[in-house]
Amino acid sequence: MREKLIYGLGIVAAVLLARNLYSIFMQLPDEASQGMIYRIIFFHVPAAITAMLCASVTLITSVAYLLTKNLRYDAISVAVTEVGLAFLAANLVTGSIWGRIIWGIWWTWDARLTSALVCWLLYAGYLMLRRAIEEPTARARISAVFNIFAFVDVPIVIFSIKWWRTQHPQPVFWGGGKIDPDMYLTAVLNLVALILLAVVLSLIRLRQEEVQREIDSLRRYAHAV
Amino acid sequence: MSAVAAEGVWKYYGDYPALRDVILHAEPGACLALIGRNGAGKTTLLRIIGGFSKAGRGQVRIFGHDPRETETRRRMGWIGHGISVYDELSALENLSLFGRLYNLPDPQKAAMEWLERTGLERVKDGLVREFSRGMRQRLAVARAFLHRPSVLLLDEPFTALDDRAIAVLQRLLREALAEGRTVVMSTHQLREALELATHVALLNRGKIAFHGERTAQMVADTGWVYAHYDEA
Amino acid sequence: MDFFRQTLVIARKDLRAELRTKEAINAALAFSLVILVLFSFAFDPFEKETIEMSGGLLWIVFAFAGTLVLNRSFAREIPNDCLDALIAAPISGSALFLGKALANFVLVISVELVSLPVFGIFYNVHWTTRIWSLLLVLALGTWGFTVIGTIFSALTVNIRLRELMAPLLVYPMLIPVLMSAMKLTMDLIAGKPLGGENEVWLRLMVAFDVIFTSLSLVLLETVLVG
Repeated sequence: MREKLIYGLGIVAAVLLARNLYSIFMQLPDEASQGMIYRIIFFHVPAAITAMLCASVTLITSVAYLLTKNLRYDAISVAVTEVGLAFLAANLVTGSIWGRIIWGIWWTWDARLTSALVCWLLYAGYLMLRRAIEEPTARARISAVFNIFAFVDVPIVIFSIKWWRTQHPQPVFWGGGKIDPDMYLTAVLNLVALILLAVVLSLIRLRQEEVQREIDSLRRYAHAV
Repeated sequence: MSAVAAEGVWKYYGDYPALRDVILHAEPGACLALIGRNGAGKTTLLRIIGGFSKAGRGQVRIFGHDPRETETRRRMGWIGHGISVYDELSALENLSLFGRLYNLPDPQKAAMEWLERTGLERVKDGLVREFSRGMRQRLAVARAFLHRPSVLLLDEPFTALDDRAIAVLQRLLREALAEGRTVVMSTHQLREALELATHVALLNRGKIAFHGERTAQMVADTGWVYAHYDEA
Repeated sequence: MDFFRQTLVIARKDLRAELRTKEAINAALAFSLVILVLFSFAFDPFEKETIEMSGGLLWIVFAFAGTLVLNRSFAREIPNDCLDALIAAPISGSALFLGKALANFVLVISVELVSLPVFGIFYNVHWTTRIWSLLLVLALGTWGFTVIGTIFSALTVNIRLRELMAPLLVYPMLIPVLMSAMKLTMDLIAGKPLGGENEVWLRLMVAFDVIFTSLSLVLLETVLVG
């Protein structure tokens, strides 16, 4: 049943992505001041939003684990965090490429980039922490608490870094600026595509995590006998 | 009401059940010896009873209450694998500290009393890190008995004790049992434990394989329970 | 009240144990001295820019030296299985956390108060201009990173490579409070008063302190027992 879901969603995501890529590269015109490179924004911004959604999901599943002690929530936490981390990395890389073209520099310590990097470090810490704990129940509990701390820190980090001098362009899709409706549509559709992709990847990772847990417990059985 | 009751306790490490449907009880004044091979789950069970970790399924009750409740913890004494006293503090400082944590009316006085009862009054101001092994063990015993707990949980208490410490512990346990307190101890040292025990429970791979009164035969032949109830 | 009494019992115990051996506090003091010297090579102490950003440097010194003290917080309970005795004792998780955090705060602030005059001498910085505001910032900032350091010490108490993991996890979390402290310290050293433009940083520090103190008080029991 879950396999069918994975395939189904995967196909929808692939179709959407194909449609979007066609639209991005074939149909939409160049943007007024930036030229070709602006197209990266169709991935850059949705990746950030997807990553934020992943972080929100893991907060919920971490709290759920602490309340119910059901290890399924722990498996979802780690699967979604890994996927979210990948999307955040994609956000950082696409942003860096864009910055190199437009500003001439690979990196700058402006508000958005710095916040994204710090958030990436926070959640990477989550994965590192998990690696250091072998016993599954303790690992689930400790990392769930860490996840709560990390999530609470995220808005504070973003908030505080915002006060520093910023070089990041004002938000394109909200907060001012006129946008071509076609571009807006493509951006939203790409967001949907990336979210579907995130779900598919999470489900695959989730399956892998649960199989791993089963293997671990079988190994313990074998040692006990 | 039982002093200690485990009702259908399961404990999982991941998906692996370290404890399976454990049903156990000890009445006030009883001394329950929990025996079993290495890896059978004795320490796991004892730590759940003591409130150090939570059962996956089922529950543990101490005098009808959850072991994590503050009042319950006040009535419980614990001796684990470590001595649980601070190397950098003196014997008296350690016991006074625990006396204050347990809200004793006169922590210093209680500390001195128990130093005397464990034969440590002459080294009361010595730092624990300078103590010999036997002295450290006796201080651990003093710490556990200090607040006169109604329930004593001991995890392999006779392991690595010298003769003097064993004698002290046995004497204190006998006194405690005579006063109607309850003792649950996991053990490998069958002879010392079975001499004190009123009941015996055998844990085999997470399940209770035997739970009953201690008989004279068990004391005479310490391997009896294993021979009859433990699977290979 | 029982809660505060037990908090003080724990705080005094930690302080007494630490002051008897002075391991962590000596290491922290030595470390802060070393970093201050090293910074003098990386940044020319005579240049105007260095003096302007010296407030920032100061907090890096505090954070790194402070971590040495904070990591020991729960790690000191590992030998002899003392943590078991604390968990078994009839003391609430909140009281245990607060007691340790208070002891840590005293130790870290002591290191900072010694480093401050040394810093002033080495970098020719007049930190006494707005001394009371500076002390307020010192207190709020130090409490912020003490809280995080303490709870993370508990989180990592039983894991592999604890000494590596704890700092690695703590530093990203501290960025907001360190930034606020740095900004405010830089302003205060430059002679600007608190309030007005930098009031937002003060509020951020307070918010950070309140949020994470509350979270830690509530979650310590879960961390240690489950």
